[in-house]
Amino acid sequence: MLSYVFLTSGAALFFTQSWEILKKFFSMFLSGMWETVFISIFGTAFGVLIGLGAGILRTIPVMPGDSRFKKGLLKFLNVLLSAYVEVFRGTPMIVQAMVIYYGAASSGIYMEKNFAAIFIVSINTGAYMAEIVRGGILSIDKGQFEAAHSIGMDHFNTMIYIIMPQVMRNILPAIGNEFVINIKDTSVLNVISVTELYYQSKSIATQNFMYFQVFLITSIIYLILTFSVTRLLRLFEKKLEGADTYTIMGSHTMGHAAFKVDEKKGAIL
Amino acid sequence: MSNIVEVKHLKKSFGTNEVLKDIDFSVREGEVVCIIGSSGSGKSTLLRCINMLEIPTSGEILYEGKNILDGDVAPSQYRAKMGMVFQQFHLFNNLTVLDNCTVGQRRVLKRSKSEAESTAMKYLSMVGMDAFINAKPRQISGGQKQRVAIARALCMDPEALLFDEPTSALDPEMVGEVLTVMRTLANQGMTMIVVTHEMSFARDVADRIVFMDDGVIVEEGSPKEIFTAPKNQRTRDFLKRIIEI
Ligand SMILES: Nc1ncnc2c1ncn2[C@@H]1O[C@H](COP(=O)(O)OP(=O)(O)OP(=O)(O)O)[C@@H](O)[C@H]1O
Ligand SMILES: [Mg+2]
Repeated sequence: MLSYVFLTSGAALFFTQSWEILKKFFSMFLSGMWETVFISIFGTAFGVLIGLGAGILRTIPVMPGDSRFKKGLLKFLNVLLSAYVEVFRGTPMIVQAMVIYYGAASSGIYMEKNFAAIFIVSINTGAYMAEIVRGGILSIDKGQFEAAHSIGMDHFNTMIYIIMPQVMRNILPAIGNEFVINIKDTSVLNVISVTELYYQSKSIATQNFMYFQVFLITSIIYLILTFSVTRLLRLFEKKLEGADTYTIMGSHTMGHAAFKVDEKKGAIL
Repeated sequence: MSNIVEVKHLKKSFGTNEVLKDIDFSVREGEVVCIIGSSGSGKSTLLRCINMLEIPTSGEILYEGKNILDGDVAPSQYRAKMGMVFQQFHLFNNLTVLDNCTVGQRRVLKRSKSEAESTAMKYLSMVGMDAFINAKPRQISGGQKQRVAIARALCMDPEALLFDEPTSALDPEMVGEVLTVMRTLANQGMTMIVVTHEMSFARDVADRIVFMDDGVIVEEGSPKEIFTAPKNQRTRDFLKRIIEI
C-alpha cells in the first residue's frame, strides 16, 4: 500500500516535471522539431531527385554509330555513380557530416549550417535512392520502353514521361521509409551543431539535468512526426492510384459525360 | 512505286545463336506484307530490327536511300516513321487512352497540345475508342487496348506500320475488332508489315506473303501463289501443319 502511494506519487511527480519542462522549453522543442522536419523534407526531396537523376543517367543506352567518346563518357559516368553509391552507403552519416562540414571549413569554405545539413542528408539519401530507383526501373516491363522507343521517344523523354512516373508510384513506400529514417537520422547532425530536435533536447537537458524527462518528450515528438509522415504517405499513395471509375464520353463530344464505369464492380453507374 | 524500307544482307545473332541469316527484304509504298512462319523462325526479330528495337549484327537497312545503321539518321526520327504494334499492346500504363496517343506527338513531333489532341481524337474515333479517352489501360479490354495501340502508332503519321502478332494475345471474341481496323487501314493504302498466324487475314488482305523458316526467307509471293501453289517443301509442310490445327 505504501509502496503504491510512493509509486503513484513518484509517477505524478515525474509527469508534473515533464509537463513543466514542456511548457518552459516549448519554443525550443518546437524550433528543433521544425528544423528536423525542414531538413528531412528537403533532404528527402533532393535525395529522391538525385536518385531519379542517377537512374536516368545509368540507363542511357549505347547506340550503333555512337562515338568512342560518348561510350567512354557513359562508362566513366557509371563508374562515378557506382562509387558515389558505395561510398555514401558504406559510411555512417555522422562521419560524412564531420568530413564534409570540417573538410569544407578547412579548405576555406564556410557552409551555412542548414545548407550543410540539407546537403549531407540529400547526398546520403541520394545514394540509397539511386539503388531503389534502379530496382524500380528494373521492375518496369521492357515493353514500356520499347513502345516509347517505337514512337521515336528518346531516352530522356521515355524516362521522364513514361518510366519514372511508374517507378515513382512503385517506390513510394520506399521513399516514405527514407523519409522516416531521415526524420530520425537528422539527429546525428548535432555533431556539427545543427539546431534540430536532438540538439535542442540536449541543450534543454544540460540546463536542468532531467535527461529522462526531456528525452521522453523528445521521443514522443519524433514518434508523432514519423507516424504522421507514414499516414500522410498512405493517403498520397491512395490518391496516386487514381480513381476506380472513368467516364465514357458520348461519341465526338469531348467534355460531355455520358455515363461512368466502375472498374472494380465492372458496372455502369 | 518506291520502297519504303529495304533490308539487305541482314544478320542478327544472339550470342552464338544466329537468328537471322542474310535476309533481303523490302516493302513498297502502300503494300501489305504478311510474314508467316513457325515459332522461333525469326519473324519478330526481323520486325524488331526494322524498327531498330534490335540492333542487327550486320547488313543494311535503307530508308530514304540512307543506311540507318550508319548512325547518320537519328534512330528516334526513323522509329517515329515506323509505327509498331506489339502482341502485348504495351500501352503506357501511367497515361490515359488520350495521353497514350498524344505523348509522342508532343515530345517527338513537338505538336501543340490542342493539335495533338485533335489528331488523337481523329484516330481514336477511327478505331472506335474515342469514348474511352479518360480510361487508363488497366481499365479496358485487350481488344480495346490493341485498337488504342494502333491509334497511338497512327498519330505519329508513320510511313509504315509494323504489327507483331497483334491478335495473338487476345481472347477469340476480340480478334475480329482488331482485324477489322487493320483491314480498314489496308484499304486506305497504309503500308503494313504484319507478322501473323491469322491465315485468312493474310490470304484476304496481303499483297505479298513472306514465309520464314529458321532465320531465312524461304519463299515469298502473292497469297494465291503461297497458299495454293507453294514451291518449297518447307512452306508446304508449314501450311499443312497450320491447316491441320
Ligand atoms: N533477346 C533475345 N535473346 C536471345 N535469343 C533471342 C532473343 N530474342 C529472340 N531470340 C531467339 O531468336 C529466335 C527467333 O525468335 P523470334 O522471336 O524472332 O521468333 P518468331 O518467329 O517471332 O517466333 P514466334 O512465332 O514464337 O513469335 C528464337 O530462337 C529465340 O529464342
Ligand atoms: Mg514473334
